[in-house]
Amino acid sequence: MTVETAVLSALDLSEVGLALGDDCLVLSHRLAEWTTRAPELEEEVALANLALDLLGQARSLLTLAGEAEGRCRDEDQLAYWRDDRGFRNLLLVEQPNGDFAVTMTRQLFFSTFQELLYARVAAGNEPRLAAIAAKGVMEARYHLEHSRLWVQRLGGGTEESHSRMRRALDLLWPYTQELFEPTPPFVRAADLGALPPLSSLEGPWRQSIAALLAASQLEVPEFSGWQSGGRLGRHSEHLGHLLAEMQHLHRSHPNASW
Amino acid sequence: MPAGEELARRLAAEVPDPELPFLTLGDLGILRRVEVSLAGTVRVVLTPTYSGCPAISHMADQVRRTLMDAGFPAVQVDTELSPAWSTDRLGPGARAKLEAMDIAPPPPPAAAAIALTLKCPNCGSLHTRELSHFGSTACKSLWRCLECGEPFEHFKALR
Repeated sequence: MTVETAVLSALDLSEVGLALGDDCLVLSHRLAEWTTRAPELEEEVALANLALDLLGQARSLLTLAGEAEGRCRDEDQLAYWRDDRGFRNLLLVEQPNGDFAVTMTRQLFFSTFQELLYARVAAGNEPRLAAIAAKGVMEARYHLEHSRLWVQRLGGGTEESHSRMRRALDLLWPYTQELFEPTPPFVRAADLGALPPLSSLEGPWRQSIAALLAASQLEVPEFSGWQSGGRLGRHSEHLGHLLAEMQHLHRSHPNASW
Repeated sequence: MPAGEELARRLAAEVPDPELPFLTLGDLGILRRVEVSLAGTVRVVLTPTYSGCPAISHMADQVRRTLMDAGFPAVQVDTELSPAWSTDRLGPGARAKLEAMDIAPPPPPAAAAIALTLKCPNCGSLHTRELSHFGSTACKSLWRCLECGEPFEHFKALR
């Protein structure tokens, strides 16, 4: 008798890798936009470091997605030659930087999610995905620590910083439900043990955010309607502008390299 | 063990890190394996400190060049993520070398994940403060001594 273990199909692995890789790539680019314009030098270095970690994770995930897909697309082809409809990132990560409170709130929402997700993926049964997550979870934990400190400082800081934090929370809250909405490849990957069910992360995520906001003299925003569609390629108008900048050089000078 | 494997391993382990040149790949725990095939081809496996470490491709080039210069006919350098690198993989001499260069080392493996305070590499005071969670390279953060006023770098703990 043979025991058959169901494994994740190459196509589903590719889709999951693409979605998680695009989250990292797009957020990395957003953070890099702060270079030369951060509020202080130390913070500029910090944001560039966050961007670098996320870019590294994006490279591993997109390489994996390309290999699993089997159409000879490498990380560069996936990053530079897809249009916005081909991107699978969350709407949250493509939102513009806004002020520093918006950037830190976006980071808090994302890093809290990423840390919970990677910790479970690292213990999952897809070895290549698990290896990337085991590396990335340590970085996510560090990013999270950084954004939590800032949210506390801004929330409990001056009247101005407090009101900007409140505005940032209201602005980005509608994009947080999408974190826990699985597309079919995510559902199948969870059924087979490669990923946790995204719904299982929602409770811990909400608890963690609520506790931090309470400790920062801030409140969880009220429900104001959810926005989603990024995982299906339906993006806000902001992604197109981001891609135009990110992809310009590579498309103008195909195969350009340093 | 094929001839030259011990030599290849020693040479690869002695390649300096491009960002912290007083540390070697062996000190950092970045060198994972060195294998020499019967035909003399060397395969070296490195692991990155951070996912986005920009130095890894430079390290791979340096390893390749060092081994080719030593007469190995073909050298292949691969990177491997798992098991993930952490500061617990630093070699025995690495912490002393960091301290000697005025960079506060990460706590040893048995210690708490995050030190509450660091010793100033300049005056030895424990009266120090973190200025920034991040520093000039992915592996460092920025601190200042409140006693002597000297800013210093910390090779931050990653676990």
